[in-house]
Amino acid sequence: MQADTSAAGGTPVLRLSGITKSFPGVRALNGVGLELFPGQVTALIGENGAGKSTIVKILTGIYQPDEGVIQVNGRETRFPTAQAAGEAGVTAIHQETVLFDELTVAENIFIGHAPRGRFGLIDTRRMENEARRLLASIGADLDPRQRLRELGIASKHLVAIARALSIDAQVVIMDEPTAALSHKEIHELYELVEKLKAQGKAILFISHKFDEIFRIADRWTVFRDGQYVGAGLMSEVDEARLVQLMVGREVDQIYPKRHAEIGAPVLTVAGYSHPTEFDDIGFTLHRGEILGFYGLVGAGRSEVMQALFGITRPSKGACRVDGQVMVLRSTAEAVNAGIVYVPEDRGRQGAVKGLPIFQNVTLPSLNRTSRSGFLRLAEEFAMARDYTQRLDLRAASLDQDIGLLSGGNQQKVVIAKWLATKPRIIILDEPTKGIDIGSKAAVHDFMSELAAEGLAVIMVSSEIPEVLGMSDRVIVMREGRIAAEFTGDQMTPENLVRAAAGIEGAAA
Amino acid sequence: MSAFLKSREAILALAILVLLAVVASRFPGFVRPGSLANVLTDTSPLIILALGQMVVILTKCIDLSMAATLALCGMVAGLLNMAGLPLPLILLAVVVLGAVLGAINGLLVWKLGIPSIVVTLGTMTIYRGTIFLLTKGQWINAHQMSDGFKAFPRAVFLGLPVMAWIMIAIVIAAWVLVNRTPLGRAFYAVGGNPHAAVYTGISVGKTQFWAFTLSGALAGLVGYLWVARYAVAYVDIASGFELDIVAACVIGGIAIAGGAGSVAGAVMGAIFLGIVKNALPVAGISPFAQMAISGTAILIAIAFNARGQGPKGRIILKQAEHKSPEARA
Amino acid sequence: MTDISMNKSAPVAKGRQIPDRLTSGWKRGLKSWEALLLVVAVAIFIFNSFASPYFLDPWSLSDASFNFTEKAMIAFAMALLIIAGDIDLSVASIMALVSTVMGVAMGLGASTPVLVFLGLGTGLLCGAFNGVLVAGMGLPSIVVTIGTMSLFRGISYIVLGDGAFTGYPADFAFFGQGYVWWVITFELVLFALFAVLFGLLLHGTSFGRMVYAIGNNATAARFSGIRVNRVRFILFLLTGVMSAIAAICLTSRLGSTRPSIAQGFELEVVTMVVLGGVSILGGSGSIPGVVLAALIMGLLTFGLGLLNVPGIVMSIIIGALLIGVIALPRLWKMVRR
Repeated sequence: MQADTSAAGGTPVLRLSGITKSFPGVRALNGVGLELFPGQVTALIGENGAGKSTIVKILTGIYQPDEGVIQVNGRETRFPTAQAAGEAGVTAIHQETVLFDELTVAENIFIGHAPRGRFGLIDTRRMENEARRLLASIGADLDPRQRLRELGIASKHLVAIARALSIDAQVVIMDEPTAALSHKEIHELYELVEKLKAQGKAILFISHKFDEIFRIADRWTVFRDGQYVGAGLMSEVDEARLVQLMVGREVDQIYPKRHAEIGAPVLTVAGYSHPTEFDDIGFTLHRGEILGFYGLVGAGRSEVMQALFGITRPSKGACRVDGQVMVLRSTAEAVNAGIVYVPEDRGRQGAVKGLPIFQNVTLPSLNRTSRSGFLRLAEEFAMARDYTQRLDLRAASLDQDIGLLSGGNQQKVVIAKWLATKPRIIILDEPTKGIDIGSKAAVHDFMSELAAEGLAVIMVSSEIPEVLGMSDRVIVMREGRIAAEFTGDQMTPENLVRAAAGIEGAAA
Repeated sequence: MSAFLKSREAILALAILVLLAVVASRFPGFVRPGSLANVLTDTSPLIILALGQMVVILTKCIDLSMAATLALCGMVAGLLNMAGLPLPLILLAVVVLGAVLGAINGLLVWKLGIPSIVVTLGTMTIYRGTIFLLTKGQWINAHQMSDGFKAFPRAVFLGLPVMAWIMIAIVIAAWVLVNRTPLGRAFYAVGGNPHAAVYTGISVGKTQFWAFTLSGALAGLVGYLWVARYAVAYVDIASGFELDIVAACVIGGIAIAGGAGSVAGAVMGAIFLGIVKNALPVAGISPFAQMAISGTAILIAIAFNARGQGPKGRIILKQAEHKSPEARA
Repeated sequence: MTDISMNKSAPVAKGRQIPDRLTSGWKRGLKSWEALLLVVAVAIFIFNSFASPYFLDPWSLSDASFNFTEKAMIAFAMALLIIAGDIDLSVASIMALVSTVMGVAMGLGASTPVLVFLGLGTGLLCGAFNGVLVAGMGLPSIVVTIGTMSLFRGISYIVLGDGAFTGYPADFAFFGQGYVWWVITFELVLFALFAVLFGLLLHGTSFGRMVYAIGNNATAARFSGIRVNRVRFILFLLTGVMSAIAAICLTSRLGSTRPSIAQGFELEVVTMVVLGGVSILGGSGSIPGVVLAALIMGLLTFGLGLLNVPGIVMSIIIGALLIGVIALPRLWKMVRR
């Protein structure tokens, strides 16, 4: 175990010890501890399933721990409700989920603790004035009376932060706050975090991005499989050490890129345009190639891919598969043309939760596993068995609900589903986002294998090491357009970042 | 002000004015103040009920048992009147009974997590059936009711019948509740983003429970008004009215998915249906056409409210930003 | 078990073998909703046969079947629709409009085949209308069908006012009054036929699988290459056609058309579907469950009728049953915790 960290930074404002929480069949947390200090950012690090979201729910009064002690300023306490956690000064800022579109900015900031006037009614004027003051204190230029639905994601974030300040929080939990933000917005968020630190707030910062953690955090705590692994000061640790603690072993070969023979062009896209999403997209994809698409979040990469998959229709441009022009009006037509898409939003677009694994696998291939429309269960199981085994899926049985699997294993089922259609072109959109390191390696390994077998692969990714480690060639998109294309020696992190951000001198 | 003109409410108000103008162009008598006051009075029950349904729909639920609650409470009001109870006590009794019936719906939704459509589908037949158990299917007719009982809703006070005044009071109370109290704001929060509501310390189920209790209490009150006004109570009064109530809300722009809608919208949705109903006989159109007309109005209203709500593409291109209305706003 | 054609193309296995199933279908069947319904149905049957000496008479049983066959035919289609995450509250109004169109045609001297043809066509059109609004324009089905519920029946009211059509051709009476063999009515045959057809469609075909997929996650279904809106449109068509068939049977049985025909059927049909174990939120449910729910509702109504319990009391019991069967398992879970 690491050294007792409390010696090196005063008394913690919030201290959890021996927290255990079980759900039917799973022990989500097993005797974990966590300490947060005023004016400091503590990064909570762990793979998916490590127990991060469970601890956040305990801290915010959503879950009750089975065992363990919560101390605020040294006094033992309990958070039986979300309200109680708020009153104790703990608040959480989530990824765009904590807000209400139909309410005004001021109402969003003060919901649950609005100032009351006569007859116990909400004192709207006072509420709006205080909201204005709070927003000004974080440098946000927003009208408190505006409906939230009229704001963009970055502004909504500011509202969430103003809300955190409004309850005079001592502890602010930021759960992957930068996941949906653009480059510029992320920097503004960092500045805000600095402001909060200066105000003496204790911040719990949950993130998967190491560069971010090293930039912003003062302390770290690592969980693994619901266990406390260690904690310490950021200044005394390096990335390799943290990764090792997270996964519990040395990670050596992360990107198993194999050599594949790059063959004839399979997909040619020319002049693809959309009224609002992208403009003049053109590229060629070859057999055996992994083509990386890098860019900032919101650069239009997913939108291009969804147009290629028949979800949206381009207003202009042509797409050729093996030289033949394809008009893709639906996903069914794209699948028939041999184009498949593993979406970024796995929960909403990828896995059909509620259906068993084998039915998820065979869903797009029902015409092959059925005879004149009638299902053949034996063939379905055979197909599911083959492809899930190939992806090294971990599951109790094939008729288990896919919703019960971990994120990484769900992703494997989604990929298996598409491989079963025997595609020519597979598009993977952020294929390893939010999945554990073990599954990540399996997905990367598999991607290489597919390319080696002659499939054409497009990988959309916002993680530079992944893009560089896996791709034969990288296209960078910015604001709906192709900004640059890099091959060979030109594929460097600097070039990618400059092209994505539009910095001059990004020579291609 | 410009935001108001673009809102659903303004468009609906315009639709009502156009409707009135069309009727007035052929039958000027219809828009005389006295005649309009009659329409308003006649529509009062629907307005009150639509407000109750609105809070339920705001929380992502639906209450199909409102008409049955109304009928049961109306019958109980009649029975209590026959037993000689004074009117204030009767009023109290029907509101409390309605609230209890609503609370039963609310508890089933809150504590057992049964979808509201299933719960209220069930309680709708149970509540109506209970009337039969109470009365063995017998009617309470006008001559069995006391004069005071029947006269109260029609008594004219400052130029309007009490029934209309009650409606006006409830509209104001509903506006205050929905806009100026934590519970009212919670209705929107729970329907708009239930997941987030939990994190802000709002209990989704409890909020839904209060919405049902409120709609039940309002249905109970209308039960008395209905029975007193029509001077008759039997098992089937207001049968099928639950759908008119939902229709008023839909026309009033209350989003069936929850979280969006306003008191003004619900009131105008009900008034729209009230005008159609009252104008038909004046215009010499068979009253049998009313159903088809309100059906058409519902469909137009849904299509209209859905306009622009569909999944919009993201605006990524710089040049598109200038064209998009969002970027301008 | 393994198909050779699959293995030929199958890649080299490298992961561990995952078993197909952990619990046998037989074991799961015992714990299923359908098993519970079957027990309830048998219990009611036994209770009724003791409670009334007339219950076990084949002719009265056959007579009693009319109180569920028509609704059940619609319930089969409605089950698919609800599993896919939609609902159609306009079914009873479609019945009224179908009956009215047939009445008008009869007045013009149409023969029975023409009447049936027109009836089915009307049902199809009504279903298509709902389908275009819901699947085509993306409007929520619950409010759309509340609207068309008023619209369709409203048209009947405009046509008929407070009048009625009577005097259907003699051979038209067969659909609602005819016997195929001994006590087996034509409607009972239709009921059985459609139970099998819909059971096969939902549980045995890829179309049925798509229905489940759409009900569980319509977006992911679309992202899996399924033409979601086409499937939803077809389901509305099916519901329209089944409503038309039910309307033909009911009109034939009553021998007349009033605009209030089949009033309130939609709620009984939805009750039947939900009682049958179909989740009102979509994604799960079965046709055998709906068949059993239809039998339970039919047996209950008939048995209580024999005991001279009035209709409205039966509706209380059905309402309580609807809530009770869903509430009891949840209550049980709460108490055990």
